[in-house]
Amino acid sequence: MANDHIDLTVEPGEVHALLGENGAGKSTLMNQLYGLLQPDEGEILVDGEARTFRSPRDAIAAGIGMVHQHFMLVPVFTVAENIALGAEKTRAGFLDRRRARREVLEVSARYGLPVDPDAVVENLPVGAQQRVEIVKALTRDVDLLILDEPTAVLTPQETEELLAVMRGLCDAGKSIVFITHKLKEVKAIADRITVIRRGQTVGTASPDTPEDELAALMVGRAVTLEVSKEHAKPGREVLTIAGLCVDDDRGVRAVDGVDLEIRAGEVLGIAGVQGNGQTELVEAVMGLREALTGTIKVDNEDLTGMTTKQILRSGIGYVPEDRSLDGVVKEFSVAENLVLDQYDRPPYGNAFRLNPAAIDAAARERVEQFDIRTSSPGSAVSTLSGGNQQKVVVAREMSRPLRLFIAAQPTRGVDVGSIEFIHGRIVHERDVGTAVLVVSSELDEVVALADRIAVMYRGRILAIVPPTTPREELGLLMAGITGPNAASVAPAAGSEDKGTK
Amino acid sequence: MSTDGPVDAPVAEAAPPPPAAPPKEESDSFLSHFLHNLWAANTVTVTLLSIVLAAIVGAVLIVLSDPAVLDTFSYITARPSDAFTSSWTVVSNAYADLFKGAIVDPSTITAWANGSGTWRQVFFPISETLTYAAPLVFTGLSVALAFRGGLFNIGGQGQAIIGTITAGLAGFLLPLPPVIHLIAALAAGALGGMLWGFVPGILKARTGAHEVIVTIMLNYTANLFLSWLILQKGIQQPGRSDAISKTVDSSATLPSFGGELRANLGIVLAVLATAGVAWLLNRSAFGFELRAVGANPPAARTAGMSVAKTYTLLMMTAGGLAGLGGATQVLGTAHALTTQVAGNIGFDGLLVALLGRNRPWGTLAAALLFGALRAGGNRMQSYSGISLELVTVLQALIVIFIAAPALVKTIFHLRAARTARLGASMAKGW
Repeated sequence: MANDHIDLTVEPGEVHALLGENGAGKSTLMNQLYGLLQPDEGEILVDGEARTFRSPRDAIAAGIGMVHQHFMLVPVFTVAENIALGAEKTRAGFLDRRRARREVLEVSARYGLPVDPDAVVENLPVGAQQRVEIVKALTRDVDLLILDEPTAVLTPQETEELLAVMRGLCDAGKSIVFITHKLKEVKAIADRITVIRRGQTVGTASPDTPEDELAALMVGRAVTLEVSKEHAKPGREVLTIAGLCVDDDRGVRAVDGVDLEIRAGEVLGIAGVQGNGQTELVEAVMGLREALTGTIKVDNEDLTGMTTKQILRSGIGYVPEDRSLDGVVKEFSVAENLVLDQYDRPPYGNAFRLNPAAIDAAARERVEQFDIRTSSPGSAVSTLSGGNQQKVVVAREMSRPLRLFIAAQPTRGVDVGSIEFIHGRIVHERDVGTAVLVVSSELDEVVALADRIAVMYRGRILAIVPPTTPREELGLLMAGITGPNAASVAPAAGSEDKGTK
Repeated sequence: MSTDGPVDAPVAEAAPPPPAAPPKEESDSFLSHFLHNLWAANTVTVTLLSIVLAAIVGAVLIVLSDPAVLDTFSYITARPSDAFTSSWTVVSNAYADLFKGAIVDPSTITAWANGSGTWRQVFFPISETLTYAAPLVFTGLSVALAFRGGLFNIGGQGQAIIGTITAGLAGFLLPLPPVIHLIAALAAGALGGMLWGFVPGILKARTGAHEVIVTIMLNYTANLFLSWLILQKGIQQPGRSDAISKTVDSSATLPSFGGELRANLGIVLAVLATAGVAWLLNRSAFGFELRAVGANPPAARTAGMSVAKTYTLLMMTAGGLAGLGGATQVLGTAHALTTQVAGNIGFDGLLVALLGRNRPWGTLAAALLFGALRAGGNRMQSYSGISLELVTVLQALIVIFIAAPALVKTIFHLRAARTARLGASMAKGW
């Protein structure tokens, strides 16, 4: 049972946050509200009137709109076409494009949501695509807007913009249900908070509730949001990067002369707004992207020119930033994913054959050790929640002796309980003497984990600072402002990367 | 017809108003649980029902194509019994012949029992089925294996043709002792197919050229090469002016069961190949790689696998299988190269793989079904006078119903199940 007798009331003009871990039943609840699922018991009242929603059409008619976590847009259509889709207005039998365009412009002006009606959706950044989804819902004249984990895919700036948009919508009298598991955002925007755990409402809170209290409510036990760790004891130099230049997929220089070294037993965190070359830097180290110039050495062994397999085999663990694309094969079982890069090595197998017994035994051990919540090691990874999928990746990469551990966005789309666990594991890996590189667009995560923070901006390392550096200073560095007097420069220097019209 | 029973079953079982609701109070007993699962839209049920539906549509076509029966429909209001009896007779005779030609003809058993017939006559239909099925198993496996690795191998036909050529050439050009000659000819067939698979594989890996386009073009190339080759001196059968090659040496032919039984070692090899492919997919390191690459290439690459190498090896393996299919055709049944030696086995392999859900043993079963339809169709044509094309129509209908599972589910009111996404499997190739 995903929902067990839940009560929820949303007032007009409020942002109602629905807080809960992955798999707590938030999306199930909202899918019922949007007519995608039918409740077995209980009723839905809209303006005091009981309604049944057999399909999203009914829900929209009742004034309920939803923006899904995964956007429901046609990538090759323009913004106006996407918005007209499903409610096409025709004139003399032809699609009335002009009217669709006008509607888009009207709505986007009224609610302060800048979208270009003629842009093709696939060329838009994620944040802009999300605005298209919101505009689409608004053109259907909805009073209640459901946003399902809207910030999971956004950069910090885009998140800020979204929160401002939400505020504006509420001022215009719309109600918003904001589904999330990010405590900071809830506190920043919500008027009321309902916490759901295992399909049940466990409490309603006001936004003044302290974060750890909310987290405890959500997870069902006290959670440490701070990462507890001792001082690092840096040893020998493990990873040495010198003069590294890397191009991105479009052939634009993404990493521009990076020098970096990481010692055994320390965590180097790379902070920066996403799209400043962090991805390409890590991919170059892993042999997934060609290094144009420069050297990448691990214990004085040059990695450039080695295949990814050789690099992984040389004692380097890698958690890729895009879990569902690069991290796991969703159709594969948990057990298979746990040996995805070790399947042809003893004891799991050799160059010719696999050893299913050994794979299975190892999987049981890892599932236990890393607290992976799955019905069995044989079930497909796609059946697991995001946090548990990430634990599979982390477990796989940590289950062999490592010299260097690289984690890119290790807790993106992961619930609080799993974040705590994964952070603990990363610190443990450091303590046993592995050099650790953490890349994250969440500044909190970098500050919590890192012993030294390298701030990356437009392919360069601007500065390497201790984690005790004030947030404001880090924020300015991330915006590309280095000099002490540069604070007067507009802090929107990263705007080029957003590419929004 | 045969649909009446099963259609009524779930309705009777469930509470009257919502026929789709699962019967809760009955779910205790094993039998009702079994029926419940049977009627959920799992792949096996959908496959079987597709076959049933195809048979029904086929029956309609049989009636429509028989002028004598159609005449009885002109006075159906006056004497409906005529129309129904004659329709029933023609359809039941046709399907009875299909069965007798594919599985067993009961009269031959009686004949054998009272001494007027031989055991060979009893096993003749099965032998025909196996003969037609054997090459399809190979080409079906070729398509299925490639598909599991994310590649859509349309080139089974071309690979099979090259397989017939290399196997045939080895069969009548190499002077070798018996067993070794056969092994050499089979190996030549596999190698020829591998070569024809290697080209699209390496092009895909190196340049990203779409394997569908490349393999289609290679089908034409293989076909035309065969037409040219068999007219060359030293290849063409001496004393013949038409397009036929020399006959394969008896030392290189696949031994058959003798007499009129054409079934040969090919079907045994096909079963072994199925077991081999099943092992390769599920138990081998290469199978792990190809499944990972097929499901999620970026993740496979991130985990250190070489996607390019996997594509190349996979197309070679798939080509080798199709080539073996061609080899069994020329060494087992045809014994000489003609322009039509490979028939349609490559394209039928696509259908067989689709019907078998791209799983090795499923593909084997599907190939047997197609072989049976073909063998039975021959008898249906000569005894009931129904065109062999009807069998092709039946095959096509089965595949259409399989490819449109939603249609089958609607017709039979199947409960939605998680395994419902069947038709999507083939569309993914593009």
